[in-house]
Amino acid sequence: MYDGGKIITGLIIGIGLIAFPIWLNAGKAVKKADPKLPAKEKQCVEPTQYMLTNHMEVLDLWRDSVVRLGDRYFISFDGKKYRVSLQNTCMSAECHPKKKEFCDECHDYMGIEPYCWDCHIEKGEKK
Amino acid sequence: MAFDRRKFLKVSGLSVLGLWAKSAADALAGEKPGFGITEKLLHLFRKPVGFASADALTAKKWAMVIKVRNCPTDCHACIDACDYVHNIPDAEKMPSPRHEIKWIWQDEYKHAFPDQQHEYVEERLKKLPFLLLCNHCDNPPCVRVCPTKATFKREDGIVMMDQHRCIGCRFCMAACPYGSRSFNWVDPRPYIEKQYPEYPIRVRGVVEKCTFCAERLAIGKIPACVEACQNEAKKHGREPALVFGDLEDPESEVRKLLRSHYAIRRKPELGTGPQIYYIV
Amino acid sequence: MLEKAFVGGRKYWIWMAFLLGVIGLGFIMYLWQWRYGLGLTGMGRDVSWGFYIAQFTYLVGVAASGVMVVLPCYIHNYKPFAKVTILGEFLAVAAVTMCLMFILVDLGRVDRLLNMILHPTPNSILFWDMVVLNVYLFLNIFIGWVALSAERKDVPPPHWIKPFIYISIPWAFSIHTVTAFLYAGLPGRHFWLTAIMAARFLASAFCSGPALLIVFCLIVRKVTKFDPGKDQIRTLGGIVAYAMILNVFFFLLELFTAFYSQIPGHMHSFIYLFRGLEGHARLVPWMWTFVVFAVAALVLLIVPATRRKLDTLLVGCVCVIIATWIDKGLGLVIGGFTPNPLGKVVEYWPTGPEFLISLGVWATGVLILTALYKIAISVREEAGIYKA
Repeated sequence: MYDGGKIITGLIIGIGLIAFPIWLNAGKAVKKADPKLPAKEKQCVEPTQYMLTNHMEVLDLWRDSVVRLGDRYFISFDGKKYRVSLQNTCMSAECHPKKKEFCDECHDYMGIEPYCWDCHIEKGEKK
Repeated sequence: MAFDRRKFLKVSGLSVLGLWAKSAADALAGEKPGFGITEKLLHLFRKPVGFASADALTAKKWAMVIKVRNCPTDCHACIDACDYVHNIPDAEKMPSPRHEIKWIWQDEYKHAFPDQQHEYVEERLKKLPFLLLCNHCDNPPCVRVCPTKATFKREDGIVMMDQHRCIGCRFCMAACPYGSRSFNWVDPRPYIEKQYPEYPIRVRGVVEKCTFCAERLAIGKIPACVEACQNEAKKHGREPALVFGDLEDPESEVRKLLRSHYAIRRKPELGTGPQIYYIV
Repeated sequence: MLEKAFVGGRKYWIWMAFLLGVIGLGFIMYLWQWRYGLGLTGMGRDVSWGFYIAQFTYLVGVAASGVMVVLPCYIHNYKPFAKVTILGEFLAVAAVTMCLMFILVDLGRVDRLLNMILHPTPNSILFWDMVVLNVYLFLNIFIGWVALSAERKDVPPPHWIKPFIYISIPWAFSIHTVTAFLYAGLPGRHFWLTAIMAARFLASAFCSGPALLIVFCLIVRKVTKFDPGKDQIRTLGGIVAYAMILNVFFFLLELFTAFYSQIPGHMHSFIYLFRGLEGHARLVPWMWTFVVFAVAALVLLIVPATRRKLDTLLVGCVCVIIATWIDKGLGLVIGGFTPNPLGKVVEYWPTGPEFLISLGVWATGVLILTALYKIAISVREEAGIYKA
């Protein structure tokens, strides 16, 4: 083929760059996600399986509810009344107070960085 | 071909147009403020959430009356309280004074009412502190110009901010005739004196302003500035300066004050309908 | 036809490499701004729009000016402009692209840009600005490309392009009217609260845009084998002359209303710009430079002898470009915010990174313009068309 040498070289460099994450991490095992569950509270605002797959939707719905509709209370599927607030309910001392021990575990594993905590602060967060 | 790329593009295009048409119709019909077609669509497929608390403070039209005579010159309890419960960064610590964030602040008569300024203003007035904040206008220009409805007027009169949606275009800042709005030019976190854990911090790139403490009203508390003023006044055995209430309730304190005193508002000739009344 | 932008002589590649360098620098500065926040610019709580939005405003004017070549050609059958319209349309493409880029670099949360589309707000003028600018960009790319393809194949353009061309004419007026409405409807900003804002914008657009087009035509004449035509350039010169007269006239009308009524709100911004207010006088030398260049431009453009001769016309056009840029690109936005709603003067000046990012955006526009012109001229050279 025309310019065969250049094409093959280009292909090797290109594929090498694209596959960079694969051959850089080859052989290494990533630490399994191990979120620290709350000590006393056993039930979240929704069933655990639903929260695992849909917590993003729940939070999105919650934020519109609070800010745009002004509805700040919520009755969960098991009849408990909760205040609709990421900071004050989800991240309360009884549930998931430490982002690093809970939220980050799965997010880091999946390689995603939601920016919720740019604004929503942990209680007792260092200044 | 039954459903090819051409058809897909046509359908998508018409759907977007349809979405916009409905939004236009909503806007013209005066739909629930801040809750347009996209919110409705999203919530169609999910369980409805939420209700307001039974002990939430509600009103048809929230307003504030400021009895300027009752403001001692060296008091800034309201400003300190607001700054604390909303994680507002300390202006003196920030890299430049032009980056400051202020929701409620103090200024002189000639800056609060520049059109009423003249050479022979009463001496007392020249020295009185005037508290300036968002006026929660009846006819807010900032709401008119916001391209994403990130700022919107609630049914109870509060002009609200949705920090999740703001794209930081700052059109609202240009539109506000009172200079009530601040923008996060830098990350405010390092400049916050003491974090208040119940309220979020804002991220760089969004606009913010006084929201009449909507988050406190929802759980039955009055705005932080009003509460701080009342506490400070009680401590020193004097009358509080900030009075907050429902203008549409004939028996509210704000209505009674307006019935019996002459009150002025900032730049009323602009037709914005500000809801902060100053009894001078 | 795109491949024609990738083939060129030494000078072409040196120019493109230079532009890419400027763009790269601007991009790196933008990454810094992304990380740190818009605090990297000179904007602040009082002057919340600055250099970026000012450049956007100026360039919307330049973009609208494409209509000044298309209108005579298609509505009045002024055939000498037939070979110049493509240059006007491609200038519009480059200008609108720069406009959109300036908006993007100015946004606090660019990552949420989609919110404007997900939550359309017809009562917001910014929403309509987004709509009209994007449609105008599409129109010009589409029309330019189709017309050029037809030229390349030596056939008349297809009949279905005509409606698009006819729509683009009022659309060009609309983009600058909508942009003027961004300013003219804000109750607290007395410098902008004038009914003739849109008219001023259009007048300023129709002199700065064609002036730029004349400059580019003269460059094209010099560095390529294609000659847009002396008569065409002279006609454009006439258009620039009339538009500049109107532009200056409208400015004087504003001065009259402000200073004959003696209303402080109307006067203060002018005083700040031309004399200084409360000791702040940053913009004063710039505004008087604007006056000098505007007068020089008027003289060179009104006197027929200097307007006819291409070298004096070039000087006149450069004077127009400088004058209108200072007026719209500096005076308008900064003047509107000063003094602030509380009557205080807080001065604004762009910072280094802000200026470099702006330069990067300008360089992107010039890059696009060079590439598009290269394509158009190459197509013509190939087809043996060397004269308009």
